[in-house]
Amino acid sequence: MSRRLLSLHGLAVLLFLYLPIAVIVVLSFNSSKYGVAWHGFTLDWYVRLLSHSRLHGYVANSLIVAFSSTAIATVVGTLLALGLSRYRFGGRGAVLFLLYVPVVIPDVVMGVSLLLLFAWAQNYLRGLHLGLGTVIIAHATFQIAYVTLVVKSRLAGLDPSLEEAAADLGATSWRRFWAVTFPLVWPGIAAAALLAFTLSLDDFVITFFTAGPGATTLPIYIYSSVKRGVTPEIHAVSTLMIAVTTLALIGVQRISRRR
Amino acid sequence: MSRASWKRLLATVFPGTAWLLLFTLLPTLLILYASFLQRDPHGWLSGPLTLANYARFLGLGPDGFDPLYLRILGRSFLLGAVTTFFVVLLGYPFAFFIARSRHKNLLLLLVVLPFWTNFLIRVYAWIVIFQRKGVLNALLDNLGLQPLHLYPSWTAVYVGAVYTYLPFLILPLYASVEKIDWTLLEAAYDLGAGRVRGFWHAVFPQTLPGLVAGVLLVFIPALGTFVISDLLGGGKAILIGNVIQQQFGGSRDWAFGSAATFVLMAIVLGGLWLYARRAGERGMEELV
Repeated sequence: MSRRLLSLHGLAVLLFLYLPIAVIVVLSFNSSKYGVAWHGFTLDWYVRLLSHSRLHGYVANSLIVAFSSTAIATVVGTLLALGLSRYRFGGRGAVLFLLYVPVVIPDVVMGVSLLLLFAWAQNYLRGLHLGLGTVIIAHATFQIAYVTLVVKSRLAGLDPSLEEAAADLGATSWRRFWAVTFPLVWPGIAAAALLAFTLSLDDFVITFFTAGPGATTLPIYIYSSVKRGVTPEIHAVSTLMIAVTTLALIGVQRISRRR
Repeated sequence: MSRASWKRLLATVFPGTAWLLLFTLLPTLLILYASFLQRDPHGWLSGPLTLANYARFLGLGPDGFDPLYLRILGRSFLLGAVTTFFVVLLGYPFAFFIARSRHKNLLLLLVVLPFWTNFLIRVYAWIVIFQRKGVLNALLDNLGLQPLHLYPSWTAVYVGAVYTYLPFLILPLYASVEKIDWTLLEAAYDLGAGRVRGFWHAVFPQTLPGLVAGVLLVFIPALGTFVISDLLGGGKAILIGNVIQQQFGGSRDWAFGSAATFVLMAIVLGGLWLYARRAGERGMEELV
């Protein structure tokens, strides 16, 4: 392919990627409630979101889930990555394969499998109900897989002689981790945690199956609104989410560049 | 292994492994078990064990052969294959476009951003574009052309799927393209290869690891989607994902839903297992 054709194709792909997003962002500032014709600039739809108190509850639910599951996944995933990259043990291959299951399996399969598990547990352990708790467990499950794999690839790029030197100097394994390994891999851990956080905030399908009636998150709300029809409020919520995503992404880029 | 390192191995590996066994392996086994049970009058599951759910999936009912669910599965494979084809058509040259550009970092950011944008929003955007009084028809009207009725439709489902999964291919593919050893191409030219043969023998094989990983990352979620068909197909576009969602939702036949889930799971995990055997640990890392 000639260079000019390649560039033309590239611009076409970029247009395809951004046109739909641009449409939503532009329409969120359109004063017309119906249709797509431009009737003038307004911030009304954003102002309305401020007084939409149920929506604030959904955002709070999303944040509670994202913070809790990310905290669990970052600790458990980092530990698992350390273990997998340090030690060769029987069953290591099986653990690795199991790690890739949440990454590749279609969301709907993971969602209904966990729903079945929770329903089963509910039958035998009274007191367990579908709610924010089950959503947190479900999110942590796919997040652990991502965190482990991202941190593990960071650890693979680490020079083992640094840790050996620390060991020769008599550092205990605990001190070795905090004084040598952690300062070197923390950008990887931070990037993995941010990735896990966004995956949780964005997730719809798995939440859809594992959340009870009282555990509506932002994506669940968007889905049920979209099923009812297109509205300027959805444009505004979407635009805000796109803005948050953009900021998070720039954050990740900044962190990963330190090294 | 010394006692101290056993302790360390346990402390690092145990929590994660226990979590995976409890919340990934156990649910999988439960789906398999439930797929041999039956729906009871309360909509829950009960014995005795039966093969009826699989027989129903295969279309072997009491009234003769009716391959309704096999046809739906076939339709899902078709969506996966066609989506993958168009994604490769758009994404393969694009990975080279990024690699050859002076603004690599910016272009990568531009690919990652839609990838991180909530997927419901990306699907929703196409409703806004394709609906009866949407952006596309407003444009056609301005040009004096007849309006198109694309929402809801299978066309909308296909466009939505290509749009949603395009970044899934570009990112792993770019990782391979970036590492290409271009001196091989020069060597091919020196040996008298033309442009096409040079590309096919010296460049294409080097992009295969990223391409295969990207194809898997597009094909598998497209095969299992229910949201894209639900939103852009307006309830009429039924895929295997929609069957599963309906059985675990409104229809509440969890036994049959489990059988459908296990069929999809077996196809995907079988594919993953074959891939893991060929690509090894390094190749698996391309998937993240």
